[in-house]
Amino acid sequence: MTTLPAKTEKKLGLVIDLDTCVGCHACVISCKGWNTENYGAPLSDQNAYGADNSGTFLNRVHSYEVQPAGDAAAQLIHFPKSCLHCEDAPCVTVCPTGASYKRVEDGIVLVNEYNCIGCGLCAWACPYGARELDQAEGVMKKCTLCVDRIYNENLPEEDRQPACVRTCPAGARHFGDLGDENSDVSKLVAERGGMDLMPEQGTKPVNKYLPPRPKDEMPEFDVLAPFLEPVAEEPKGFLGWLDKTLEKL
Amino acid sequence: MNQPVINLSPKVSDEVRKTTCYMCACRCGINVHMKDGKVAYIEGNRDHPVNQGVLCAKGSAGIMQVNAPSRLRKPLKRVGPRGSGEFEEIEWDEALQIAADWLEPVRQTNPEKLAFFTGRDQSQSFTSFWAQNFGTPNYAAHGGFCSVNMAAAGIYTMGGAFWEFGQPDWDHTKLFMLFGVAEDHDSNPIKMGIGKIKKRGARVIGVNPIRTGYNAVADDWVGITPGTDGLFILSMIHCLMKAGKMDLTYLAQYTNAPVLVINNPGGADHGLLMRDENGKELVIDRKTGKLTPFDQPGVKPDLAATYDKDGHTHRPVFHQMAEMYLDDQYAPENVAERCGIPAKRIRAIAAELARVAFKESFELDHTWTDFRGEKHTKMIGRPVSFHSMRGISAHANGFQTCRALHTLQILLGSVEVPGGFRFKPPYPKPATAHPKPHVGMNAGAPLNGPHLGFTHGPEDLALKDDGTPARIDKAFTWENPMSSHGLMHMVISNAYAGDPYKIDVLFMYMANMSWNSTMNTRGVIDMLTDKDENGEYVIPKIIYSDAYSSEMVAYSDLILPDTTYLERHDCISLLDRPICEADAAADAIRWPVITPDRDVKGFQSMLCELGAKLNLPGFVNEDGSQKYADYGDYIVNHERRPGIGPLAGFRGENGDQAGRGAVNPNQLDRYIENGGFFVEHIPDGANYYKPWNMAYQDWAVKLGLYDAPLPYLFSLYVEPMRKFQLAAEGHGERQPPDHLRERIKATMSPLPIWYSTEEDNHAKDYPVTALTQRPMAMYHSWGSQNAWLRQLHGHNPLYVPTKLMRAHGLQDGDWARVTSPHGEITVPVLEMAALNENTIWTWNAIGKRKGAWALEENAPEATRGFLLNHLIHELLPPKGDGLRWANSDPITGQAAWFDLKVRIEKAAAPAESQPGFAPIKSPVGQGPKDLIWKVGQ
Amino acid sequence: MHPAPSVIFFTTFSGLGFGLLFFLGLGYPSVTGWTAFAFFVIAYLMAVGGLMASTFHLGRPERALKAFTQWRSSWLSREAWCAVGALVLMGLYGLGLVFFDARWTALGLLGALLSMATVFTTSMIYTQLKTIPRWNMKLTPLKFLSLSLAGGALLAGQVSVALVLLVIAGLVQLYTWVEGDKALKASGTDMATATGLGGIGAVRAFEPPHTGTNYLLKEFVHVIGRKHSQKLRIIALGLMTVAPVTLLALPFSHVLGVLAIISHITGVLTARWLFFAEAEHVVGLYYGKR
Repeated sequence: MTTLPAKTEKKLGLVIDLDTCVGCHACVISCKGWNTENYGAPLSDQNAYGADNSGTFLNRVHSYEVQPAGDAAAQLIHFPKSCLHCEDAPCVTVCPTGASYKRVEDGIVLVNEYNCIGCGLCAWACPYGARELDQAEGVMKKCTLCVDRIYNENLPEEDRQPACVRTCPAGARHFGDLGDENSDVSKLVAERGGMDLMPEQGTKPVNKYLPPRPKDEMPEFDVLAPFLEPVAEEPKGFLGWLDKTLEKL
Repeated sequence: MNQPVINLSPKVSDEVRKTTCYMCACRCGINVHMKDGKVAYIEGNRDHPVNQGVLCAKGSAGIMQVNAPSRLRKPLKRVGPRGSGEFEEIEWDEALQIAADWLEPVRQTNPEKLAFFTGRDQSQSFTSFWAQNFGTPNYAAHGGFCSVNMAAAGIYTMGGAFWEFGQPDWDHTKLFMLFGVAEDHDSNPIKMGIGKIKKRGARVIGVNPIRTGYNAVADDWVGITPGTDGLFILSMIHCLMKAGKMDLTYLAQYTNAPVLVINNPGGADHGLLMRDENGKELVIDRKTGKLTPFDQPGVKPDLAATYDKDGHTHRPVFHQMAEMYLDDQYAPENVAERCGIPAKRIRAIAAELARVAFKESFELDHTWTDFRGEKHTKMIGRPVSFHSMRGISAHANGFQTCRALHTLQILLGSVEVPGGFRFKPPYPKPATAHPKPHVGMNAGAPLNGPHLGFTHGPEDLALKDDGTPARIDKAFTWENPMSSHGLMHMVISNAYAGDPYKIDVLFMYMANMSWNSTMNTRGVIDMLTDKDENGEYVIPKIIYSDAYSSEMVAYSDLILPDTTYLERHDCISLLDRPICEADAAADAIRWPVITPDRDVKGFQSMLCELGAKLNLPGFVNEDGSQKYADYGDYIVNHERRPGIGPLAGFRGENGDQAGRGAVNPNQLDRYIENGGFFVEHIPDGANYYKPWNMAYQDWAVKLGLYDAPLPYLFSLYVEPMRKFQLAAEGHGERQPPDHLRERIKATMSPLPIWYSTEEDNHAKDYPVTALTQRPMAMYHSWGSQNAWLRQLHGHNPLYVPTKLMRAHGLQDGDWARVTSPHGEITVPVLEMAALNENTIWTWNAIGKRKGAWALEENAPEATRGFLLNHLIHELLPPKGDGLRWANSDPITGQAAWFDLKVRIEKAAAPAESQPGFAPIKSPVGQGPKDLIWKVGQ
Repeated sequence: MHPAPSVIFFTTFSGLGFGLLFFLGLGYPSVTGWTAFAFFVIAYLMAVGGLMASTFHLGRPERALKAFTQWRSSWLSREAWCAVGALVLMGLYGLGLVFFDARWTALGLLGALLSMATVFTTSMIYTQLKTIPRWNMKLTPLKFLSLSLAGGALLAGQVSVALVLLVIAGLVQLYTWVEGDKALKASGTDMATATGLGGIGAVRAFEPPHTGTNYLLKEFVHVIGRKHSQKLRIIALGLMTVAPVTLLALPFSHVLGVLAIISHITGVLTARWLFFAEAEHVVGLYYGKR
């Protein structure tokens, strides 16, 4: 199983809009909640109420400050990151037990926890930090793209999407088939210049990131800005103008 | 390929119970998925008007909150000294008897000796009803230290403010401008709204010294100097007025801009609005040129015309505005340095507001009739909208700043029009339609009316016959005449000082007053533990109710443990702070989706019981028996006015009436069937121009929001403020004390002004502003006991701008000593570039006292986390006049958290954040080491 | 990378053990009977002990046998097969030497080959990782092989061969450090490509996703000071090559031989600690760390 399928029927994945993500961590906790209760072992927490507390999360939101050249203001960009379900997923091929695999039907990269020996090599092979070894269960956990939601017949049709997408308040997360160029997500990627993370790693991520739109580019005008041409310099003149204007109304 | 077979359709839950979230004050609808009777998963409710299915991090982490080890388990009686955390568990019978034994004599002799204040309470119509029946004038919720400036400025100016009062027209707006930190109120709707407009590519402008959260996604960020927003806004008003870029029709028809102002220098009516014998504001009709009440059919009020009488020329409000705001003091060049915004940028933003409001204007084809009977076939869109919350509120100039912002919106004609800002029912509702404050006390009997309200002049102040404050928090006094939400932050300080008087029982709910919900934390701890010459505590008895082992527990004598939000009834009521949307009235309930596994009672249910025990009129039947078995019973059966109760939905015997209707015994079941909420949509054609749209007014009356149509003018000019000024000038019977006269004259301008608060806070010696904001994933101190959320924010660094980092030789991970006129803290720092260069900030309420919240004593919240509260005093630094000047807005009494001025220097790294506090004994022990959580199989 | 003792011991001792088996398989030293037994015990203690140590870093060691299934694609699986193959063949070969005084040469050669294949597959587990540019180069297998051979020769008492191999291994190690220091930069992966935000300006990590720690930070981010690492490199090289070579160059004595071995093993352990501790996983970039 550790070999990758030559081709998958679909390329299901996420499109994450960095122009819109406000960094609220809603996706992080929604993911934690769903995946603690569902697919495989729960996502455990260590020292939950003490010092050095840590736990398994499948999705984490980073933030970066970007300083443009010149004297433009620094920007802050929130950056959610989970498994990118790469086409050339290095985490799959390194697995010695076949626990890690990429599904033929939709390209989702999964871990069959019953076969996982917890060697951690897949996490070593992943450049994105998408895999975390659960400290209680001793097996590797990762984003399943909510494979137990997206086809789940016990959920209403509209809820058959990953928990993180369903919950995102700003609508910064989109889910769909990136292998279908007519899908909404593919169109969004085309329109907004969706990008790969670490393309040089050759992993061919399925998930795409929409870059932030240019910021702080409102043109600054001098005193005579369009729309701000004074009607009068003095209050008196202003009232004269007012009278005239009201006449016209 | 040979892939494992996985179950793609596992069972999600046995049952979904729909209720209302309470992880913050946003009130989103949630689907609680149950397995084996336990909470398995929480997600947003798609049908719910507030969140439409989405849910924030806090909401999704609710499962960790209802299972938190810090939950109180049983009533507690203090056995050690206050602050030790030593308690013994007692039965409820005993607990309620103790409370009754303390309260009964107070009620029978002097009800003001009870101060009853609620913190993060959203059942204020109920709690105030209880306090009214008790008879104490000393009741309020936490608005005074939250955002009363925003609420009061909005209601006085235009009959509503942001958040619960209204929202941008997200579907039509093309420019959204956000002032100050706003991530913690109405959080999901705003995120949804920003997402919506971003999708359309509309512009977002963020004005905030700190570029995080919403400001991070803003297309343009204005890193303003804290506390100067008002000046920036007035400068934009200057630009817009100067260029004539205003909606003159709108101003003439719907605001008091054309109303004549009495010009009678030295007279007792100078500066008041000219009114007819019925009290109607007078305008000059443009068609007839005659003086006429503003609301007559066919009247076209004139913004320019003046009126000569008695040898004086009386001019309309708009003249005064022109005179005031065209002044060069508001020219961008003259405010740029102070605001930290280049003049060109101020102009650019003003120009953009004008461009979008007037060049990108559009029309909706809706026919509507205004209150003058004029029929309109179109609704004109001004697609500019604004939002703001605590950021601009929590300054001592906050009321006027909020007023300035509302004035800007109104000048652009963008309030209650398509694309602009829209009210949510029961708003619009002008200040005059709200109650006035009541303090009429009679021992053993209820108060003479509701505690909180809106003053309209000196006659409405809450003063005793001798002129001293009637309320313990000095709300509605000359110190802060328009303090509509009370001043919870002054209660302990005033009670301790015996100023205006001493109290006997302090009764609080969900208010962490000995830690993050107070200014001057150390001082408040001392006030709570200090004893008088007789060895009695200065504040003799403290009753506290909370669901969790917060820091306040240790400082109370009697603990009445509350339930978590999934174990209780609640109602998010139209009488109170409902969940309406601009297109609909809506309210909601909470109901016990799980049963408590502890001996706890919902706070409101407990009050029903205690109220009956105290024989409070509203809480007993005629035979003296308990009237409401619990809060659920109250919600269904209480009627505020005939046919109007806490819940508007499913009224009447058959449950088919909305708004008005007889009590329906099955009302709660109907709410539960409906997903925990009720929505009544505003008909098309009634959903814009609501204050003046007769279709809306009639609908609102039908629903019971008002008893008669209530059209009104927006108050660009707030007349009650002028009345207070007149008193300060010596007019009228009720006179302010002399030391307040000049301040009242200076600050109570009926047109928005800006004044600096720097001098009061010694900015010369303390040149850096220090701010806090809540992380979006954490709300109040509750979040830090949450095993999932505390991994996101387990401690809080002090963020320091690059320039100050360099200037003080600081590097990431270093520690700095931060000193204010009041105190000092030593804390870890991190650099931030996207930050106003003279501002430092941190996340609020992450720091914890050792021993609280069932955390281990070495938890990072207690060792690295910290509070800025130690630097902030409830009083201003002494002025040498021996008087206690509150660190509050002089108009509303809003706590001026964000006026904090400090200086910063590098410090040797201490072992832990300073000041350190001794651990308190946890009454609930500590949480488990590891969590391996799975409810189902 | 986190320098986990289990992995350091595993790679060091299995390298030495298989190195010794390699020489034994080739017939150096040409021993039989109890002397052979002693050599084989040492080799097996090291090789098997190393392999055992490696299971300590497994989350579910009881499932370790599943690691044999993916030899087609996984270097770790291949390593498992090679190790078992080498140990079985060399075991049979050893039986012949110890109990039958028989040298089954072909078996020995094959065992020797598999022993080196084991070391090679071990090295490929690290070499294949593009995520750790410092490891992702041809020098990595060369280093593992040369060290294994040098250590094997030393343990096998092949002084003259050991002298040459120790020097080669030392030089390879030195070269690896020189090249390794340039590897992250040369990989082209940095915060700009990690975030895709480099086009806007200089990228700097702001708030991490969690204020606490997590598995990724514990496993992949290990920061050691440059000065500290330079010192350790000198110590490692000194103990691994310079000292043993010096000791071996002196007139032979068993005491000196044992000292040379101890010195070499200590040196390799130090170098192996550095191998992990200095390795920068690109995931650290997301946390603003390397």
